[in-house]
Amino acid sequence: MDTPAEPAVIVADLHARRGTHPVLHGLGLRIPARQVVGLIGPSGSGKTTLMRAIVGVQVVQSGTVTVLGRPAGSAWLRRRVGYVTQDASVYDDLTVRQNLDYFRAVLGAGRSDVARVIEQTDLGASARQLTGSLSGGQRSRVSLAVALLGSPELLVLDEPTVGLDPVLRRDLWTLFHGLAAGGTSLLVSSHVMDEAARCDGLLLMRDGDILADDTPAGLLAATGTADIDAAFLRLIGDDDPDARKEPR
Amino acid sequence: MTPSRTLATTGRVLSQIRHDPRTIALLLLVPSLLIGLVAWIFSETTVFQSVGPAMIALFPFIVMFLVTSITTLRERRTGTLERLLSMPLGKGDLILGYTLAFGLLAVLQSSIAVLFAITVCGLDIEGPVWLLVAVAVADAVLGTTLGLLASAFARTEFQVVQFMPVIVFPQILLGGIFLPRDQLPDVLRVLSDWLPLSHAVDALNAIATGSEDDAYVLGELLIILAWIVGAVILASATLRRRTP
Repeated sequence: MDTPAEPAVIVADLHARRGTHPVLHGLGLRIPARQVVGLIGPSGSGKTTLMRAIVGVQVVQSGTVTVLGRPAGSAWLRRRVGYVTQDASVYDDLTVRQNLDYFRAVLGAGRSDVARVIEQTDLGASARQLTGSLSGGQRSRVSLAVALLGSPELLVLDEPTVGLDPVLRRDLWTLFHGLAAGGTSLLVSSHVMDEAARCDGLLLMRDGDILADDTPAGLLAATGTADIDAAFLRLIGDDDPDARKEPR
Repeated sequence: MTPSRTLATTGRVLSQIRHDPRTIALLLLVPSLLIGLVAWIFSETTVFQSVGPAMIALFPFIVMFLVTSITTLRERRTGTLERLLSMPLGKGDLILGYTLAFGLLAVLQSSIAVLFAITVCGLDIEGPVWLLVAVAVADAVLGTTLGLLASAFARTEFQVVQFMPVIVFPQILLGGIFLPRDQLPDVLRVLSDWLPLSHAVDALNAIATGSEDDAYVLGELLIILAWIVGAVILASATLRRRTP
């Protein structure tokens, strides 16, 4: 995989705790630009804490997080990084369009942006409905639509496809790859291993550490396994204690 | 901070409340109903005539603090606060946007409460009614901004509500409602001089009895306004974009 010279995100020696519980202890990684990178790992592995650190909303104890060449959380990044939290961060007591109109005003994006993101997330039919009256899958798409406003250069998406039917999931992954082709960098977390195969690059995470940083094909080749689930088990040495080794 | 983002926030908060009839009722009607209840309790006595003005300070203040705290608590719970703070929204945009939205509601709320206290409960007002409404509005906005300050200080959603007994209750106890402030023990009287609700109660009492001139009332109003401005600035400075 050819990696563009300037990574979208560089994390070095990151220590962070969620509440009082230490989650990341000296984590380092690079996320290449203009790709869909999957952050895969079981819940509790530190995916959300890492994503929050990249977005700049997480208190970190030490270490550096560089996003698009700037320190994470700096004012310059606030209109260039889109973030979707695990639970839909939208106003339930506003309509879909009112939500988008407000966040558009906050971002200072053009008025036509609202129609564009409604189209991209296929929310046209429910634009006038109260967000709280929508299904869970629709609400998470509203949250995604908000993150797409202003066409950010980096999208950090925490489990964006949870609870969606297979057709919608396929459509969203098509959207993600379309965005990457257009120059957007994406970090997409999932605890569903079969989603990993759809990513350009993979970061396998467990207990606050990166187990592997590879392409899906590279990971399978390095572990000698047939699917990502098996590769994960091989990496944590759970299928065979002697097989514990680092890929590459 | 930019006016467009502040006003967008004000508009958003008002749209949210428009979709929530129970909050509208809580904001606009509950203070009046509670004032009515106090008047009813004391209907055979002259007590309401002396505590009525303080009730116009008390109930809107508490209701505004409560509604503001709950609204910002929901912003935290749903993650929209975190999302906003990861965007180019100034912390002042958020605080001032909320203050303006609830300030607008405070005008309606206080007008209704004053009108209700005078016409339905029979409260006699010697001084100018417009001044009474002005102090009541300032007092309600004070409740909002202290609510915003409490939630800005809070690092977690639960702390927001925990601040209420600390910030609101001492002001009620020391505000001259239970015992006139000049009869308080010295230390408590000095302490109550520093609390903004005391000044709202003093001003409303002065207008109701006509015991002081307008300049005195405007001076008290100025103290309340200073507290409002201070709370907005402090809340904006205290709000954290990063949380643990």
